[in-house]
Amino acid sequence: MASSIVELKVNGDTVEVAAPDHFTLLEVLRYRLGLTGSKQGCDKGDCGACTVLVDGEPVLACLTLARLAVGHEVTTIEGLMPAHLRAGGTGADPVQEAFDRCGALQCGFCQPGMMLSARALLDREPNPSRAAIKGALSGNLCRCTGYTQIIEAVETAIAASTERAPDGGSR
Amino acid sequence: MEKFELLQPKGLREAVLALAEGDADRSTMVLAGGQDLLTEMKEHLAEPSLVVDISGLPQLAGIGEVKDGSIRLGANATIAQIAGHPRLRADLPILTEAADSIASPQIRSVATLGGNLNQRPRCWYYRNEEAFCLKKGGSVCYAAEGMNKYNAILGGGPSYIVHPSDMAPALIALDARVQLVGPDGDREVALADYYTLPSDGPMTSETVRANGEIVVDVIVPPQPQGLRSTYLKFKERESYDWALASVALAVVMDGGVVRHARMSLGGVAPKPWTVDVQGVLAGRPVNDETVAKVADLALDGAKALAHNGYKIPLTRGLIARAFQQLS
Repeated sequence: MASSIVELKVNGDTVEVAAPDHFTLLEVLRYRLGLTGSKQGCDKGDCGACTVLVDGEPVLACLTLARLAVGHEVTTIEGLMPAHLRAGGTGADPVQEAFDRCGALQCGFCQPGMMLSARALLDREPNPSRAAIKGALSGNLCRCTGYTQIIEAVETAIAASTERAPDGGSR
Repeated sequence: MEKFELLQPKGLREAVLALAEGDADRSTMVLAGGQDLLTEMKEHLAEPSLVVDISGLPQLAGIGEVKDGSIRLGANATIAQIAGHPRLRADLPILTEAADSIASPQIRSVATLGGNLNQRPRCWYYRNEEAFCLKKGGSVCYAAEGMNKYNAILGGGPSYIVHPSDMAPALIALDARVQLVGPDGDREVALADYYTLPSDGPMTSETVRANGEIVVDVIVPPQPQGLRSTYLKFKERESYDWALASVALAVVMDGGVVRHARMSLGGVAPKPWTVDVQGVLAGRPVNDETVAKVADLALDGAKALAHNGYKIPLTRGLIARAFQQLS
């Protein structure tokens, strides 16, 4: 079996894993690194449950070969709070806090991917419209909530980030 | 997914030679974004033993203007890069509208132009590993008599797939050309001529790409002054989906009459369905009568299967809407 040592940057750490060539990034994250926050849903690009950030962009870990992630910064849900703390924040990432406060989950399976898609949006565009929020989350399927609380949670996270700005504008 | 070996070639030549070895029997395949190929491999529709990673090849990267005013879109330009390109959005919205309409944000950030043009059909019989259909070398197109809601109304037979690309009709409306590099050299093909019908054979391919050839880039020639363009796509669900039908239209109006018009349809035929509308439109105004003539011409020979008759009025409506928007 073609196999090699793959050096990845995951959540700020450089890690070396032995993985066969056909392993996806999702398989390496879950089954080599024990980072099971990224979910294996449909495993073929339909559901978005495996969404991770690669260089800040949301991508599907199930459709990314692990070796193609070499040289890029991978962020999984496990890395969101540590990154927030490193940046001088307190508690969890505002997106995580807002999902918690709004009850934007039932079974929770879609939540890591949802929150990472939301984080990527807010990093790019701190005060997006509702249409932009819906667009950014359109690749993440939720079968429980009906999406209403999820969109509210993203708007709550935006409000939390912008409320202290004197003009109510962007943070 | 079956095991395979991943080759990361240092240059395009090495990639072409590696591909040429096993292209004919599909034991070697190229991967750039992998957003279609990996789904095919997971469904056991493709089982290469060697995968050639072309994602890092510099010859395939980038979007930019070339000397004669043409625009070069590298095969590895991502759909998100095309959608977000300010110059394209201003001058050739047909391309950014097509890119915006593709898949989900996650897929757009990785999927490439080359992959979009070369993606395999979405027909659910083809995508079902249990169905040994015509497209896989079998003897039956199950869609012909089966669940054919999403299948072809034009150019079908013996297979009734529709080509799923959104970029292809949009680029064809701009007269784009595709550049290929292969073991025997380079060649350029008009994108409109790149696609084949099932009746052209062989059934297991949708393009004229030869063994070992890799799409390097797409060239959009300089467009006539005053060109307006749009890509209208109708899909079954709002979030993300392939086209039930789509219209790519580029026109130049001059003093109330049409000077230039080029149109290609997606979602209705086994290849982007390009219609020569110049003849019925040149020198004429855009009105109900001329638009009806264009729709008649576009749908000439259209034949509904049991469950896709809706595509005929849908396509007529999209054509009318596209002209309304641009005139």
